[in-house]
Amino acid sequence: MSDTPLLQVSDLIVEFPVRQGVLRPVDRVGFEVRAGEILGLVGESGAGKSMCGAAIIGLIERPGRITGGEVRLNGERIDNLPEDDMRRIRGKRIAMVFQDPLTSLNPLVTVGRQLVETIRTHLPVSASEAQRRAIALLEEVGIPAAATRVDAYPHQFSGGMRQRVVLALALAAEPDLIIADEPTTALDVSVQAQIMALLKRLCRERGAAVILITHDMGVIAETTDRVAVLYAGRLAEIGPTRAVLSSPSHPYTVGLMASTPSTTGNLNKLSQIPGSMPNLRAIPKGCAFNQRCGKAVARCFEDIPILEPVRDSQVACWLYDPATLTNTLEKTGATE
Amino acid sequence: MTGQTPLISARNLGAVFDVSKPWLNRLFAMEAKQFLTAVDSVDFDIPKGKTFALVGESGSGKSTIGRMIVGLQKPSSGQVLIDGDDFFAITDVKRQMAMRRRIQMIFQSPYASLNPRWRVKHIIGEPIKAFDLMPAADIDGRVNELLDQVGLAMSDGEKFPHEFSGGQRQRIAIARALASNPEFIVCDEPTSALDVSVQSQVLNLMKDLQRDLGLTYLFISHDLSVIRYMADEIGVLYLGRLVEVADRDTLFDNPRHPYTRMLMDAAPRVDAFGRTADTVAGEIPDPINKPTGCSFHPRCHLAVDLCKKERPEVREFGAERARVACHLCETEAELA
Amino acid sequence: MDIQTKKGASARPEFSEAAPASTWQRWTQSDIWYSYKRSPVIIVSSLTFLALVLGAVFSPLFSPYTPFDPASLNLMNGFTKPLSTNAFTGDYFLLGTDDQGRDVLSTILFGLRISLFVGVIAVLFAMTLGVVLGLISGYIGGWLDGVIMRIADIQMTFPSIMVAMLLYGIGKGLIPPDLRDEMAIWVLIISIGLSEWVQFARTVRGATMVEREKEYVQAGHLIGLSRWSIMLRHILPNVTGPILVIATISLALAIIAEATLSFLGVGAPKTQPSLGTLINVGRQYILSGEWWILLFPSLTLLALALSVNLFGDWLRDILNPKLR
Repeated sequence: MSDTPLLQVSDLIVEFPVRQGVLRPVDRVGFEVRAGEILGLVGESGAGKSMCGAAIIGLIERPGRITGGEVRLNGERIDNLPEDDMRRIRGKRIAMVFQDPLTSLNPLVTVGRQLVETIRTHLPVSASEAQRRAIALLEEVGIPAAATRVDAYPHQFSGGMRQRVVLALALAAEPDLIIADEPTTALDVSVQAQIMALLKRLCRERGAAVILITHDMGVIAETTDRVAVLYAGRLAEIGPTRAVLSSPSHPYTVGLMASTPSTTGNLNKLSQIPGSMPNLRAIPKGCAFNQRCGKAVARCFEDIPILEPVRDSQVACWLYDPATLTNTLEKTGATE
Repeated sequence: MTGQTPLISARNLGAVFDVSKPWLNRLFAMEAKQFLTAVDSVDFDIPKGKTFALVGESGSGKSTIGRMIVGLQKPSSGQVLIDGDDFFAITDVKRQMAMRRRIQMIFQSPYASLNPRWRVKHIIGEPIKAFDLMPAADIDGRVNELLDQVGLAMSDGEKFPHEFSGGQRQRIAIARALASNPEFIVCDEPTSALDVSVQSQVLNLMKDLQRDLGLTYLFISHDLSVIRYMADEIGVLYLGRLVEVADRDTLFDNPRHPYTRMLMDAAPRVDAFGRTADTVAGEIPDPINKPTGCSFHPRCHLAVDLCKKERPEVREFGAERARVACHLCETEAELA
Repeated sequence: MDIQTKKGASARPEFSEAAPASTWQRWTQSDIWYSYKRSPVIIVSSLTFLALVLGAVFSPLFSPYTPFDPASLNLMNGFTKPLSTNAFTGDYFLLGTDDQGRDVLSTILFGLRISLFVGVIAVLFAMTLGVVLGLISGYIGGWLDGVIMRIADIQMTFPSIMVAMLLYGIGKGLIPPDLRDEMAIWVLIISIGLSEWVQFARTVRGATMVEREKEYVQAGHLIGLSRWSIMLRHILPNVTGPILVIATISLALAIIAEATLSFLGVGAPKTQPSLGTLINVGRQYILSGEWWILLFPSLTLLALALSVNLFGDWLRDILNPKLR
């Protein structure tokens, strides 16, 4: 493995001009993904996690656009490529899996033909070889009787099987990176478990990197190697999944974990974070979380915190700033 | 079960839908009528002041049961007893209204459940008017009291639903459900459209209201972790049948039915880093053509010939008197 | 059966409305007002329509002459050209006069009055009928829905002008001859209204079927509301958007239908001429050189129909989120 990460996102800004001004659904977000790694992007609705995925693959709906930062794939910038070049990268080197499998599948074409078409668009192989690969892919994603099912239409598959077909389609061109945006949200729990197991297996076997976008902390814990927690378009905390989830540092992550009910462990009253995530039109000055945070200090209402290493993770919170720490220490010292 | 009469009882409840194509199409295709048994001989009791939860995946019939219990849909067979009275046998309009007043419902979607053209105070006040509970002049005061009870400000009554976030809307829906002073509320996936940090607020509010007002809940969800937090007793549904009914601790500590175990294994856990839930097999079959015998047998790794032939009846097990519909439950207990 | 939560897959930021606002603020901050301000065509057409409506409503007040009062007519004024003073009487006519010496501007203002009256009342009639039938059809459904929609289907296979002519003929036959002129306008209204209700009924039915499944309607059932209460108080306010759009477009159609019928001589009588009647009358003079008698009523009809139509199109675009 080389030193350059597969994907480098730095200081990414996405803006949407609207009547009352400019909205920033993604505000200076940066992270890296290495080959064979699964990175989770987690956050509540409107946190900007889907927008991050769309920005990387160049699929932001107009009039929104990337107005700052860079996206690098294997060291090359891809955020400023013309649409034609981007289209070649999309599907070939970066594949996308959406929540609703039906949006990714053409209802009028058999899944086999869709696979063959994708394979032949991106790889120099003959029609018969592509057909052979299509069947192999369907087998790989766990579709029983792949050789006959290859001639079926998307509606002839169940929801879970459809999502498997979408995964096969995403893998067809042997991409380096798969962005999966809430791939199991529309599925039942039992099917979700199967799809997540499949995704993990494929990632390991093929050495592909995965960005998994979800709101489900359980899925994050079981599936990802590292996790980035987004809040109101900004990174709150990023680090190894185990570190972030079992000993969170950012007050938002702390609150999120404490308010997540669990099927195991204690049954104490769930703690709750007051209020809800601010509207993009009304993000407060300073830290976006300041109005819901029980620990906010004066500085949190003034300056936007920057990511700093805290234990094994990186956290954007003034509470871990040396200046704040000494302040707090002095205060506690004074009361004693 | 305690000796007292339960507040709500479902007796042998069944719902059958006619899902046939229009008669002309059927004539041309030479097809017979098709029926979907969404709910099949479901029995449970809910004691006063307790929460009974129904958990199941899509097609389990959990929402249909909820709709039948509140009287939105007539059962095809069986009865709904409220304090021993058969809800659907009441023909007297006055008595029917008196019965309706005691039962309310909180819906899944905080967006579709509030009329977008009505001011919040009119939405909350409507049940008071419909049941003629107090003179018109007193309604505003009562609405303010209800707003306060669910954690909203009095001035919020003047606003329209679109001015609120999802969590706040669900609070409005709760206030409306409380307006008629009901004893029993059916909660159909009340938090599945909400973000985690807001979900805990709503769940805690519902728990507090239950304690303060002595409410009885039927709580419907697909999320085991939420069910575990809310329920006293839990019924697990699979394709319209209750496969297991047990109190919360029994169910979570000692799940007996293979489907319950699979569901628990499939539920993502925030503390199970890197776990792969790999015991989950297959998908939910077509509810129109259910498997013979035990509906779960094609997915059950324990299934024997008997399971394919004969439908298991519900039997009681253990000191906790868990009710399980599985042929193999006993044998397994002996093995353990 | 159970609907799982679906978070939008499209890459658009989520918006929700901000702080509480008064009705006035709501309006000035609304998308409709914003779009209105930025569409010059719509500003022009809405102002044109407003001017025409005001002209029609207040025509008795400021039209220069009362064209249909025989006592005030002077045959000497016949065929005066526009923008000129009659050589015999010394009266000035902005848009000229017809053969009877009637001021064309005044006949237009009075004709506009009839055209708009017929159009608006016919649309209100069609709307009431269509909305009620659409609500019943969509909400109650079953055989009632079948019957209503089959009638609508049959009606749709005839051109609406033909339906109107047929009804007009029947109406004429049933009304005693001495009342005909008086009743002509009402026959016109009913026949145009009856040919326009289908659009309302179909649209309201579709929208009602969507609303009927929503949970706020179920919440209404839970508190034992009657069907009518649910239809009129809960569903109707939520289907007004499409009704408004169809009403505007129907108004343009109704005005044109009225003009066509009157032009064909089966509409407004000559004693109460509408724009269509005026155009029909003016047609006789086109070859003899008195062009203004035809041109000005025609231009007015064009301006009226076009402005209403443009406004309706804009309203449809702004109220239909799919096109935005």
